[in-house]
Amino acid sequence: MSFQALLFYALSALLLTGAGLVVSVRNPVHAALSLVLCFFASAGLWLLLEAEFLAITLVLVYVGAVMVLFLFVVMMLDINVTRMREGFIRFLPLGTVVAVLSAAFMILVVSGPYFGLEAMPAPPAKAADYSNTAELGRQLYTTYVYPFEIAAVVLLVAIVAAITLTLRRRPNTRFQEPSLQVQVRRADRVRLVSMSAEERK
Amino acid sequence: MIGLSHYLVVGAILFAVSMAGVFLNRKNMIILLMCIELMLLAVNINFIAFSHFLGDSAGQVFVFFILTVAAAESAIGLALLVALFRNRATINVADLDTLKG
Repeated sequence: MSFQALLFYALSALLLTGAGLVVSVRNPVHAALSLVLCFFASAGLWLLLEAEFLAITLVLVYVGAVMVLFLFVVMMLDINVTRMREGFIRFLPLGTVVAVLSAAFMILVVSGPYFGLEAMPAPPAKAADYSNTAELGRQLYTTYVYPFEIAAVVLLVAIVAAITLTLRRRPNTRFQEPSLQVQVRRADRVRLVSMSAEERK
Repeated sequence: MIGLSHYLVVGAILFAVSMAGVFLNRKNMIILLMCIELMLLAVNINFIAFSHFLGDSAGQVFVFFILTVAAAESAIGLALLVALFRNRATINVADLDTLKG
């Protein structure tokens, strides 16, 4: 067994173990950490497939941003885990049957003669100076430039939506308002009174 | 030697596991969101495997867009979750029956 095959089986085992943990552990924090493990393992698989840019992006964007967001939300919300788990045992047989059946059907299709090594031989390895990032960038900025712009708009909409949904105005919180501060005039703050001097007693 | 079908089988099993996760954790909205992320990951593995074995980088561009949309989806989903928790103090799917009438 070659080193690549060994790496493939190790990463796949790690990925599927992590996925099993995500769906089965009690604690949502542990589930999120298992999901991080899944993302790392699949980034390794993508490196094996010579998709270096996307592998790095997966680690940076997913592990670095999305999973931190998940962990943040999981820890912020006070979740009653035992109530969440009811129905787990009841749906375990049904879920297992559906998963095994669908996996069996999909494996039956994809492991057939159409996708084997005879029908689709492995392409020769790319040269050492081949840059996956440059190739992807060329595609993104020429053929797919309009979808790229739309993706930017999608991200902008997501930012605006997430902030609008979670922004909270508290009426009794004290905070500075610079516009009011600079508008203040002398007459608003200082009142000069004229009075005659008094003798100290 | 590792062929295309090996990667496709890994993707299929991953998809099936996350589908089972949707069945099992149907009360917990956070785990449901995580299962959706896992499903998208399985699809992405298929895309990249096909892109590699067909020598066509369009599949990788598509994965790029899927990553973008999935990040937006999870950000909005978690924001909705936080807003929901503030208003109802629960994220149990069984308790969210306001629209039932």
